[in-house]
Amino acid sequence: MRMPLFREMKPKRWGLALSALVLLSLFLASCDQYTPSILDTHGPVASREAGLFWFTLVVATIVFVAVEGVLIYSIIRFRERPNSPTPKQIHGNNTVEIIWTVAPSLFLFAVLIGTIYTMFGLAQPAGPNVEVKVVGHQWWWEFDYVHENFKTADELVVPQGTTIQLDLVSNNVIHSFWIPQLTGKTDVIPGHNNRMWFQADNVTTTPYRGECAEFCGIQHAHMDFSVTVLPKDGYQTWVSSQQQAAATQPTDPTALAGQKIFTSTCQGCHGIVGVNLQNFNDPKSQGLIGPNLTHFGSRHLIAGGVLTWDPSTCQVVNGKLVNENSCGLYQWLHDPQGVKPGNDMVIGQLTDTQIAQLVAYLESLK
Amino acid sequence: MATRTVVEGVTIARRKRFSETYFGEWVMTTDHKKLGIMYMATAFFFFLVGGMEALLVRTQLAVPDGKVLSPEEYNQVFTMHGTTMIFLFVMPMLVGFGNYVVPLMIGARDMAFPRLNAFGYWVVLFGGFFLSSSFLFGQAPNAGWFSYAPLTELTSACGANAVICTPGLNMDFWALGILMLGISSIAGSLNFVVTILKLRAPGMTINRMPLFVWMTLVTAFLLLFAIPSVTAASLLLLLDRHLGTHFFQAGAGGDPLLWQHLFWSFGHPEVYILILPAFGMISEILPVFSRKPLFGYTFVAWSGVAIGFLSFTVWAHHMFAVGLPPVAQAFFATSTTLIAIPTAVKIFNWVGTVWGGKLNLKVPMLFALGFVAMFLIGGLNGVALAVVPFDYQVTDSYFVVSHLHYVLFGGTVFGIFAGIFYWFPKMTGKLLNERLGQIQFWLMLIGVNLTFFPMHILGILGMPRRIYTYPDNLGWNELNLLATIGAFIIAIAILIFLWNFIITLRSGQPAGDDPWDAFTLEWDTTSPPKPYNFLVLPVVRSRRPFYDKKNPETADWKTATH
Repeated sequence: MRMPLFREMKPKRWGLALSALVLLSLFLASCDQYTPSILDTHGPVASREAGLFWFTLVVATIVFVAVEGVLIYSIIRFRERPNSPTPKQIHGNNTVEIIWTVAPSLFLFAVLIGTIYTMFGLAQPAGPNVEVKVVGHQWWWEFDYVHENFKTADELVVPQGTTIQLDLVSNNVIHSFWIPQLTGKTDVIPGHNNRMWFQADNVTTTPYRGECAEFCGIQHAHMDFSVTVLPKDGYQTWVSSQQQAAATQPTDPTALAGQKIFTSTCQGCHGIVGVNLQNFNDPKSQGLIGPNLTHFGSRHLIAGGVLTWDPSTCQVVNGKLVNENSCGLYQWLHDPQGVKPGNDMVIGQLTDTQIAQLVAYLESLK
Repeated sequence: MATRTVVEGVTIARRKRFSETYFGEWVMTTDHKKLGIMYMATAFFFFLVGGMEALLVRTQLAVPDGKVLSPEEYNQVFTMHGTTMIFLFVMPMLVGFGNYVVPLMIGARDMAFPRLNAFGYWVVLFGGFFLSSSFLFGQAPNAGWFSYAPLTELTSACGANAVICTPGLNMDFWALGILMLGISSIAGSLNFVVTILKLRAPGMTINRMPLFVWMTLVTAFLLLFAIPSVTAASLLLLLDRHLGTHFFQAGAGGDPLLWQHLFWSFGHPEVYILILPAFGMISEILPVFSRKPLFGYTFVAWSGVAIGFLSFTVWAHHMFAVGLPPVAQAFFATSTTLIAIPTAVKIFNWVGTVWGGKLNLKVPMLFALGFVAMFLIGGLNGVALAVVPFDYQVTDSYFVVSHLHYVLFGGTVFGIFAGIFYWFPKMTGKLLNERLGQIQFWLMLIGVNLTFFPMHILGILGMPRRIYTYPDNLGWNELNLLATIGAFIIAIAILIFLWNFIITLRSGQPAGDDPWDAFTLEWDTTSPPKPYNFLVLPVVRSRRPFYDKKNPETADWKTATH
């Protein structure tokens, strides 16, 4: 992982120690760990934005060092001493004033030119693209692959090296769509169908972290999504698998029992194509307020990233979960309001057996 | 004991009127100095309240998956931290300084409208209590200090698939509280404008006014033009919430962005309202403790005016991510770049003032120098935020939190403490303890950097602001812990100040009338000044009237040309 470096110097003696501390913690923080740093870029948009950061940092550092340097020098040099003379009563100097009005202006306009140049350079390139409608909910993201006719939740999958065009839609409050390593944010505002684009250069091993960046209510902290980048052919395979309906009847008896619970308890809010929906654009889906679960088993996150979905930690043997505590989906179904207070999933208490059956069923929805 | 004259020469004892009791003297006063002190005491009380809220926030975020506050509590606390600090601490504190110092500096006997002045104070006090009382109902404002619609609407009105917006009284408290405080600000600003334009001592031309007076004047004009915008916004929100209008509702013909434009066309001038008076204080304190006049008076004064004008043209730089057309973004990037120029000019002139001086590093000077050093950081990372494509990345992240705290804490709060240490002897006749002040300064300097510098990095590492918790596997843990430690160091510094304040009031060293050998008129009277301020109104012949009086041989009016 590339590490953001700070070259700024601190004004006082302790400042050095402090920066060392900060750098050290930064180092510790970025070792061996996934961090969604805006400087660890994997696409042209984020990388141009980061490039501008380095440029600005250099300019700012020059100004910072110069001004703090003169300030600290004056404090030491002109500090009152027993025999200091009375200073000369200088009221100003117009030449100096003009110099230090013009000098920062030059620096600032250099930055401004870089800004405007990059800004217009970030316009979406013409040519083929993948179009995804992004719907911000309280508090999860829906990704509607409009031309491919399927939807996912909390999980954006894109092909490598392709322009991805996003249409940002909300019919509740304002959200902001952000993938630090791929692109800066654009707000998702009711009544303003904003657009943005990005491109991902590398296939992911760990999905990128995406976040909501505009305060959107009680669970703003848990409105994440994951971004997986697949090679182009792998993406096509993924698309065709996502377009499939779920099996009408799971073969595994535990999963079958889970499906029964789904149809009796969950389908008022959630849709599964092949079970309670004909297809992803079934008019019935308009009334469903929860995420579409047709391919839940293939996703990574639960409920806006409040928990992760990892089938290997949720093994069901003989109708029972092997280890309930390590299974995120168990925790979620056991007490959604405890895990994510204020969210829309208000359900009666499920028994451990019911949860195990649901886990088995949802896991089968690959 | 009060007396009453029965016939000429014969008096009898009578009960004191309420306005003559110690308590009544303060409650009934219209004296600008008493009101100034009341403003400052009230503001300081709310500073402690807002500080406690900050500590709660930092405690919650000290470690990942913090469980100190529930999400709803956290949202109320961070919203009230911002609202309290801006509207109930910084604004009243600066008005308090202005109230106390401006009439003395311009050689006036009081503000132009003493009763209006008292009215303004009481509205702030009750407005503050009103806002804070929301905690008693468990319904404190919870949508952030800029209260973006439609999150602030009733849930039924804020979108077809909204889970929850603001069904409770939270936003009603906020909107009504802001309306009340706005009334106070308008009253106070009018008073400052008239006082400064009409009540200056003979010879004090506009061009000879102390810089603090200049900046208070600019701030007063900013308030007069900025407050109506937030007043309108708050009213429209209340109408939406209670009378079924749809100003901010997309589905019904309104527009959520209307709120943002209205709020930020107040909000950005507001930022300068919060810093310009501190600029003024620094421009008073640096020269006195450098034993030199301010370098480039004209440039410092007029750059303040330029900032004032430009501050009305930059509001949409808070909105670069909302999808404005690129040309509009380029305009606001340019105006934001322009406003950095007068700000830079001010910083250079302050450094120029210090250069070649004889620096007396007393506590007011330490805070003033700390102000320059810290505000510079806030200025530079502010310029970074004007870099639009970079702003797409860091807006609404912790980078912004860092920026605004370098400006408002490293800047304004350091300025306020410089001002407190500087004028406290005038207000009370006693000098705050120097040693404790030094300890406080160094702790604050360390605390500020430890708290807010890591936030730059957190923003760059992708941490959004206003999240009540974060997972432990994103590399944000250490930096958050550092920030929390820093916040508690600041808290210790503030406790030391409180201790200093108490022991100084009880047994502080007498200050005399002019402890700093200062230049301006407020020092040319007793400490504390009599209710009438000056026995004889001073006559002003230069920008440093009191310096002239003490140094008749080298008086400014003999040597300088203004």
